[in-house]
Formats: sequence, structure tokens, C-alpha cells
Amino acid sequence: MTLTLDTPQLVKTQPLLVARNVSKSYGAVHALRDVSAVVYPGEVLGIVGESGSGKSTFLRCLNLEETPDSGSYTLDLPDVQGNLFDLDRYARRMLCATRIGIVYQNPHLGLLMHHSSSGNVAERLLVAGERRFAVLRDKASAALDASEFPLDRMDAPPVELSGGMQQRVQLAKAIALEPALLLLDEPTTGLDVSVQALVLDTLKRLQQDRRITMVIVSHDLGVIRTLSDRVMVMRRGQVVETGLADQVFQDPQHAYTQQLVHAKL
Amino acid sequence: MTLKSLTRAWEPMSYGFLDGSAKREIRRKMLKAIAVPGCQIPYASREVPMARGWGTGGLQISCTLIHPAMRIKVIDQGADDSVNAASIRNFLARVSGAPVTMDTLQADLIQSRHRIPEERLRADQILVLQVPNPEPLRSVQPNMSIARQMHADADYGRMWLQLYEQIVRSGRVMQGASYPSLVNGRFVMTPSPIPRWDVPKLNMAQHLTILSAGREKRLYAVPPFTRVAPLVFDDVPYRVEDHGHLTCQRSGAAGYFMNEIPQADGTSTFEVSDSELGVKTIRKAEGAPAHIGRTWYENGRLVQ
Amino acid sequence: MTMILDVRSLSKGFTMHHLSTTMAAFDDVSFSLHAGEFLLLKGRNGAGKSTLLRTLYRSYLAASGQILFHASHGVIDLARAADVDVTYLRRTEIGFVTQFLTPRPRVSAEALVAEPLRLAGIAAPDALDQARHWLNAFGVKPALWPAYPTTFSGGEQQKVNLARALILPQRLLLLDEPTASLDVSARAALIARLAELKAAGTAMIGVFHHPGDVAELIDRTLDLTPAPIQQKDRADVVV
Repeated sequence: MTLTLDTPQLVKTQPLLVARNVSKSYGAVHALRDVSAVVYPGEVLGIVGESGSGKSTFLRCLNLEETPDSGSYTLDLPDVQGNLFDLDRYARRMLCATRIGIVYQNPHLGLLMHHSSSGNVAERLLVAGERRFAVLRDKASAALDASEFPLDRMDAPPVELSGGMQQRVQLAKAIALEPALLLLDEPTTGLDVSVQALVLDTLKRLQQDRRITMVIVSHDLGVIRTLSDRVMVMRRGQVVETGLADQVFQDPQHAYTQQLVHAKL
Repeated sequence: MTLKSLTRAWEPMSYGFLDGSAKREIRRKMLKAIAVPGCQIPYASREVPMARGWGTGGLQISCTLIHPAMRIKVIDQGADDSVNAASIRNFLARVSGAPVTMDTLQADLIQSRHRIPEERLRADQILVLQVPNPEPLRSVQPNMSIARQMHADADYGRMWLQLYEQIVRSGRVMQGASYPSLVNGRFVMTPSPIPRWDVPKLNMAQHLTILSAGREKRLYAVPPFTRVAPLVFDDVPYRVEDHGHLTCQRSGAAGYFMNEIPQADGTSTFEVSDSELGVKTIRKAEGAPAHIGRTWYENGRLVQ
Repeated sequence: MTMILDVRSLSKGFTMHHLSTTMAAFDDVSFSLHAGEFLLLKGRNGAGKSTLLRTLYRSYLAASGQILFHASHGVIDLARAADVDVTYLRRTEIGFVTQFLTPRPRVSAEALVAEPLRLAGIAAPDALDQARHWLNAFGVKPALWPAYPTTFSGGEQQKVNLARALILPQRLLLLDEPTASLDVSARAALIARLAELKAAGTAMIGVFHHPGDVAELIDRTLDLTPAPIQQKDRADVVV
């Protein structure tokens, strides 16, 4: 059963993020086929799917790390125009550094492991042009605090921290500049359950307090269900189903989604 | 017309040691470097009769610029009398017939390793600095291809982060020599391993500075009257070495960059690093004719 | 009276791909509801009472029919409304009270209760004050307020759940057996709160095991027991 839903009637705001028909192949492998997504300001979109479904590739496209073969991507922000996939390297870097935050599954991708934690956060501010040491310290500690990172450890290098703490440093770095869009790639995968709960709690709190628009990729349905307003299910590079989080989990329409939901413990 | 009238007579060696095409290449690259201040320009870096890492970069620039009327001064860490400085000076004189001098004021071309003379350089003088490692981003980005992209994007966040880290760990900026500096508001360069004391001398200087790394095959320039700003946080001021209050134990010169000489009893004495300045100070004290020019620092303070 | 909900020939079935079958839940349901009205859903087990509530809330997608909700901004068909609109309405105008709390790990009872207010944009200290007030009203001991409800007994969890679901007055409230596993005093508090909300104009649709509990609130009854539905076709056990 397919069901096309109408365009919003009540919510008049423009979507923050619109990605249309994003396709990407590596040789004969179609990593993404016509993937489209719309995210409204303050909304949390969860993307689920098994390994190789293309969900992380799509997220990397949204972070402009990857350029798809075709498709468009726009963000409704002042001074940001046109298809972001067409931006040159410099414009991409500035946009990502100032407007988009990302938390990777692997902290090594997002952090300088041997620099101080506060320095990792400060780097974002430095790229954005902050040149006052005292302000860097203040803003870095505020961001670390918002990520519920213990401030007495703020100058410890991430290599000396636990996995959960490393994710908090990544999160602090991602939110230090109050990004318009926060991307999370398997933010809790590989953490043990109690630490996972803490990180989820932090994310939930950020969502409530700051209404940050987020896109979360995870193969863990529990994580997606806890954090997302809406869910997009991907399989073999394609979107098989999108809908409200509780609807997708309670009344999955597509055979694959039903399989996925039923397989959850 | 004979063939002989169209060609030059055979010579055992080109003037200034380097062959004409090598000099032409370096001249072009120097012009390019002057046009884009602080930007590292690659060049071929020929063989010279000296091991790489001993000043071959500076030597090639000097060999290219030299002409028979050009007075040459060569210093090594401020001293005219070190073995390396003396060898380079002798070599340059031999291959060009150019006169040599130790007096900064009389030199037209100054090739230097790791120091800028204390006496102010004029618009008609050229300073050639030997550079061991021209890439300021090397410590933060070991991949040189990416480092080059970072220069292109003016992506210097990591450089600043390095300073941040030093302040966090040690309470102050620990970078001593080779203090990264922003040239003309665009490129971050390493000013070669000159002490922090010397970096402000490059800012809006009258003279042309050419920096050249022979082993790394890169040259770059600070043209006259170009802004050179050491990277520094707005609220953490740039500090030069604390030498302003020191006095040279041999010459009595005070308020300049000093060499520290440890003593057997654990204390230290100091000698002025710019050796010819020390010599001139002694001569002056003895009543001999010696003219000391205006210096960048007076009474231990930088004069703008 | 202000119309709140106008349901027109609503049907719902579940396609179960792994069995290659479709199970009907309810068929051709129509009714309307006005502000301050309380509609009781009746019908034997499996008649689709809970399914209807969830379809109205858009946790389930309707197969056909219309759910015209008269929102404060205009009329919208919940069966086909865009996801963002539904999210927005859930945050501001439509409440759902379930039988069970879904506690989140390491989130305190009071924070959980305050959440709807926080999402509605109320400042944290204010929201927390109101949350404590309602936890108290439903008889949750103050010692438990900062504790994590994950470990609470079923009864205590349900009180937290009710406080959370009823803290923010809504235009439409869907009640799915909220009295199950409640003690007498909490039940009285619940009925008092419902009566208060009803008087303020909230329209309610409820499923109750013991409708006697809320007898004085009931305005109308809708019987969902249709003849053709067989016990084997029970659909509300799918998920």
C-alpha cells in the first residue's frame, strides 16, 4: 500500500533541508538511488537501514563530504543559496564549519585525539574567525557543559577519554557554533548500554532546549525511535518508507520495514 | 659573420656558478613570490657545491642576484665569522668577483641563517633568509597536498589551534623560532627559524626579503612595505624574547638579542648575537671610526 | 457547539507482508465530536477500539476515509495530513493517553512530565513547577519525582504517564484505558482532571475497561462491534 501525503497545511514554515533525487554510484554499485528528504526546522529525522543501505553515504552527502552523481540539496538559511552540491571546496568548508555540525560514529573522524578536548571545540570557533583566547575558553566550556561533559576534564585529550566522553566532545564541537543542522552518524553505536543512555539523554535534552534540527543515522531502531519525530527507512540505496516515527514502528507499510521492526528484540 | 662572433667564448664556469637557465627560472619564481607575498613558490633547486640543508636555498638566490658591484654580507645566527658563513661568503666572492663586507650598512645583499641584523635595512638592500622547512602547516598537516589546499583556502584554524593548545598546556605560547606569521593578510608563512625578536622587523620593512629552502625546493618573499603579523590572540599579546634588559659582556651593547653563554658556576653571561654590531660597539668605545646605523630596537624596545 | 472532529467512513486494515494477508480492523466508521464532548468507544475485544484511537492519532495509517480535525487554524484531514502538521498538532492540540508509560533511561519522572510543556516552549523552571504539581495531584510521592521511572511499579509509572499526558490542555484528547492499574485515589484524581479539561472544552474519545469509572463524563457511546469481524481477525495484536 502506498500513500501519498499532502503538503503541510498548518505549518507554514519552509523546510530547512530539502534533498531531491540524490543518486550516487561507485562503479557498478548504486550507493544511493533517487533519495529525497525534507526536514523542517526543529524536526528530528531518523534514517534506519542495515549496513550498506546507503544511509551513511546519504549523511555524508548532507555534510558535503561526498558529492553525488546527481540530485540537489538546499538549506533554507540566510546567505545560503542554490544547490549546495554545486558549491566549491572553499564554500563547502565554510558552510560546514559554521552551519552544519556532525557527530561521527568513530571519534577519530571528528576529533584530533591528541589535542585537548576544549581545543577540539575551539577549533570550530577559530575556523569561524574567533581570535580572543578568553572567549574561546568560555564558548568551548559552555558547549562542553551543554553536552554534559565534566569541565574539570576539558583540557584532557580525547585519547585519554572513554567512548561516551569522546562522543560528548564531538557533540560539543558540533553545537559550539549553534549549527542550523546537526548530523549524527551512529552516535551511540559501540558504546555500552549505560553510556548509550547518557548520550541519548544529552541529545534529547539538546533537542528540547535548543530545538536543533537533526538528522540521525542508526541501525539501532531503539535509538531512532527515542530521538526522531520522523523516520526514513532505507534499503539498498533507496528510501522504502517514510513517516512519523511511531507510525513507521507501529504500522509499517513496506514489507522490508515490517521485517525490520519485527526483528527488533 | 662567423659563428664565433655570435657565441660567447668557452668559460670553465658560468658567472655566479649557476647556469643561465637556472638563474632565469629563479628570477621568474622570485617575481612570482614578490607578486604573491608569503606564498610558497616551487623551484627546481639545482645542485650547488654544498650539502642540502646548509643554506643551498639561500645560496641559489644569492648566486642569481649577484653582480660584480654588489657588496655581500653573510651571517649565520648573527655571526659573520662562523665557518658556514665564511665558506658561503668566500664561495660567492669567488664565483662572482663581488666585494664582501661585514658591515650591515654597507651590504647590498645579506644572506642570513636564522637572524635579521639589528641595524635597520634600507630599501636598496636585499635580505636572503635560508629556510630549512618552509611549510608552517607541516606540524598540523603532514600531508603536503592537503596543506597546499589549506593555504589556498586560507584555512588556518589548525595553526591557531596549535597556539591555543600551547597556552592551555603551558600557560603561554611556546613557539620560539619560526613563529608563524600572516603575510599581507593572506598567507601564513614561517619566517625561517629567526627568533620572535626578529619577526616584527619584517613588518612594513623597507627592504625586500627572499626566503628560500633548497632541500624543500620552495621560495617565498616579503616585499617592501608588506604587513607581517605574527599569529596571536587578540587578548594574548605577542611577546619577544626577554632580552631587552641584557648587556653584552664583551662589547657592552645593551638591549639587543643575545647569545646565552652558560658559565661553570651555573650562571650565564650574554653576548650580542649580531657579531658585527658588537665589533662596531667595541670600536666606537675605543674611539676608532665606526658608524652604527639606526636599529630596529632601541633600549630594548621595538621602534616603529 | 464547536465541531472538533468529523470522521467519515474511516477504515483500517493491516497488510502483513510475511503472511501475504490483510486483516481488517474496522470498516466504515463515521462520527463527529464537538468541544467538551466525551465519546466512549465500546465493543468486544478485537473490535478495533484501540486501533481506531491510534488511527485518529496517526500512529496507524487509515486505509480509507477522512478524519477531519477542526484545528484552531482550520480543518485538516488527519488521515492524509503531512507529517509535520501531525507533529505540530500532537505538540499543541491532540493528546494521547496510553496504558503504559514509555520511560526513557536516566530521565527523571519530573523531567518526563515537564517535557510536553518544554516542547510547547515553556521555560524549564516553570515547566518543572507544573510537573511537580501534577505528580502530586496524581499521588506520586515527592521522593520519586527526581527518580527514574524505569524502575517504578506499573501503578506508579501509570501515574507519571497520566501527569505527562494531561499536563497540557489539548483540543482533543484520546484515552486508551487510562484507568487500568490505577489505585482508587489516583483514579479519582484522573476523573477530576478529565472533568476539568472537559469543562474547559477539550473533546475526548476514550476506551475503558470499566466505563463505570467515568460514567458521569460520558456524553455519547460508539459501538464498534460489527457482525462480520471474527475473533481470528483480531488486528490490535499485530504490533
